Amino acid sequence: MAGVSASEPLRRFLQVARGAGLLVSAAEGIDAARAVDLVGFEDRTVLKDTLGLVLAKTPDEKARYDEAFELYFRRGEFDAKHDDPAAERSDASGPAVSDGMGGQSLGSLLADDDRAALATAMEQAARASGIENIRFFTQKNLYARRIMERMGLRALERDIEALRQSATPDGLGRARFLSGKVESLRDSVRDFVERNLLLFARGDSEKFREDLLKSTRLSNIDRRDLDRMRVLVRQMAKKLAARYAHRKRRRLRGQLDTRRTLRRNMGWGGIPFITVWKQRRIEKPRVMVLCDVSGSVAAMSQFLLMFLYALNEALADIRSFAFAGSLIEVSEILEKQPIEPAIADIMSTIGFGSSNYGNSFADFEDGWMRHVTKKTTVIILGDGRGNRADPRTDVFGRLSLRSKRIIWLNPEYRSAWGTGDSDMYRYAPFCRLVTVCNTLRHLERAIEDMLEDAV
Amino acid sequence: MDDAARAGASPLASIDAVERGLSRAGYIANRQISTAVYLSHHLQKPILVEGPAGVGKTELAKSVAAWLKLPLIRMQCYEGLDESKALYEWKYGKQLLYTQILKDKINSVIGVADTLAAALDKLHAFGDVFFSDQFLEPRPLLRSLQEPDGAVLLIDEIDKSDQEFEAFLLEILSDYQVTIPEIGTVSAMVTPIVLLTSNSTRDLGDALKRRCLHLHIGFPDEKLEARIIASRVPGIDARLLRQLVSFVQQLRALDLKKVPSVSETIDWAKVMLLLHTSVLDVDLVRDTLNVLLKFEADIEAAGKELAAITDKARQVV
Repeated sequence: MAGVSASEPLRRFLQVARGAGLLVSAAEGIDAARAVDLVGFEDRTVLKDTLGLVLAKTPDEKARYDEAFELYFRRGEFDAKHDDPAAERSDASGPAVSDGMGGQSLGSLLADDDRAALATAMEQAARASGIENIRFFTQKNLYARRIMERMGLRALERDIEALRQSATPDGLGRARFLSGKVESLRDSVRDFVERNLLLFARGDSEKFREDLLKSTRLSNIDRRDLDRMRVLVRQMAKKLAARYAHRKRRRLRGQLDTRRTLRRNMGWGGIPFITVWKQRRIEKPRVMVLCDVSGSVAAMSQFLLMFLYALNEALADIRSFAFAGSLIEVSEILEKQPIEPAIADIMSTIGFGSSNYGNSFADFEDGWMRHVTKKTTVIILGDGRGNRADPRTDVFGRLSLRSKRIIWLNPEYRSAWGTGDSDMYRYAPFCRLVTVCNTLRHLERAIEDMLEDAV
Repeated sequence: MDDAARAGASPLASIDAVERGLSRAGYIANRQISTAVYLSHHLQKPILVEGPAGVGKTELAKSVAAWLKLPLIRMQCYEGLDESKALYEWKYGKQLLYTQILKDKINSVIGVADTLAAALDKLHAFGDVFFSDQFLEPRPLLRSLQEPDGAVLLIDEIDKSDQEFEAFLLEILSDYQVTIPEIGTVSAMVTPIVLLTSNSTRDLGDALKRRCLHLHIGFPDEKLEARIIASRVPGIDARLLRQLVSFVQQLRALDLKKVPSVSETIDWAKVMLLLHTSVLDVDLVRDTLNVLLKFEADIEAAGKELAAITDKARQVV
């Protein structure tokens, strides 16, 4: 087991696996090489199981790995297949042309219709031009061009040009034949590059897209990205919940709780047979969320509700409210129904009207103020635009006094606060924190801060 | 070294040997599972086993231990588990008791010393005794390193433990050694085979996952499940066996809160054996369904399909 080295095919496969979105570190690469040394390449299923055990760490990654493995090890078979269309086309376009001339290697390969040799040349050219570094679909043409050039396209083009210049009927026919061949070659190269893009870059472009989505303003996100967004939101909520919902108390190792130790050991005359260590209780956050679903934030509220839904699943002690003109509690709707109907239900009950913050806060005071305690964190998601109705800061002030703190997440940029009918600056003094929150990333950070503080 | 020596006559010489050995111990493994055990031994890496409850994650560790005739050391994880429960603890009570007993003898130890320094010197020689192996209570992790012939260490339901504990495990999982401040670093005499199980109630850290082989055990297919039942419930009639496996497989396709796992199929097969059944029939199934399904809502939901599923299962010959 001394000379462990990642053999060439394995090294390339690891690259493919990374492309498919698996996180393969250098250490895992070494493990994979050791494992392959042990089992060898002969038995495909054993190899697949082996690498799967070393590389893929979640069911999701397992699925991606399986796909990548199949794609990569099937690649050998592409070659024969992928010249077929080219062959058919050449049969149709250039039926009666004499041979001879040859000379140039690519030209002769094309003329002889030597598919195996062409495929090999293409593989070599692709490898030389670093196809495994391809990342985005916009690079397709670039790589296709590079491969063609490495295969000797320039020389061939010069030849064709020379044949055209010669102006003999034979030369012209041959030029036409060859340029037809070049066209079909170009198609197969592009096809080849596309397959490689799929192989090497799918994970990356997926990740790129997710990163982009996380930092796009929620109101600008397309409908078609909704599903992806939902997955992201759920992941995020689950992550947050796993981190904070789990622990209730933490033992402070090495700090003796003298008082309780003495008490426990009274029976032995105070000789401390049983030690008691200090503990710190970690409070679970008690959260009330008020979410604006009025027309002015309609594009946002979809996502806010989505997040509210996810949070509802994650945290035990949370009550949710939605408001526009007036306010209702939606905890039950979110709890009992799946996400889509729940959101639709809320929006149809109360959504899309013009918002009246003052009225909604008054509703809250009437119905639920008595449930607010010194331990409650109140989160308000909204733009603070009350359509020039009375903002009822008196109610808001009382809420602020009763609760532990109020956090206001506003989807508008700071520059827009206080303009027009925005009452943001009137509410702000009563809030512990007022912050801009219009991307998924903002939302995550805000919630994280809140949970951190709850300790 | 000893690894090579073991590999020579080792029952772990090839993947097939692992598969045969496990089946002798009563565990019917698929190819992937035996590959994992084989690799784990040769690469000296722990296996992280994930999968739904009752597919035989814990059973795998038991069978490996039984087959290799190694002691199985099991550590059940739970919230709040810390190193004093997992690794080692000083026998505090014993230390205290000894000092109390020896209190009166203290004069004879330091009696002749005139100065404080001399007395302290004598005490120093004495004091180290209290932090030696005699007063060390080894917990599962340390015990697994101290076994002279190696051991199978099962760290059960690692996802139930805290994140801090997971980080603490990293040293033992990658280097098979632990550091005890008063004594020093203890390394494994023979590298133990380590299995961790997880029901994925929370995501494990990347650092932990990176150090392990990741084995996902799902529900077995019909053929494999039949073999498993046959090995676990020996006396069962072959036709009944096929019928009940087919029934359970169909049940898993329904939309249930908790689908029946392999261990529940085994229980059900035992019930059938006890009742001297030779053929499935709807009434019997209805009466014994609570062995398979553990939620009232599930039993209700399955109740409607029962006749159809039983019929289909009876077609199997």
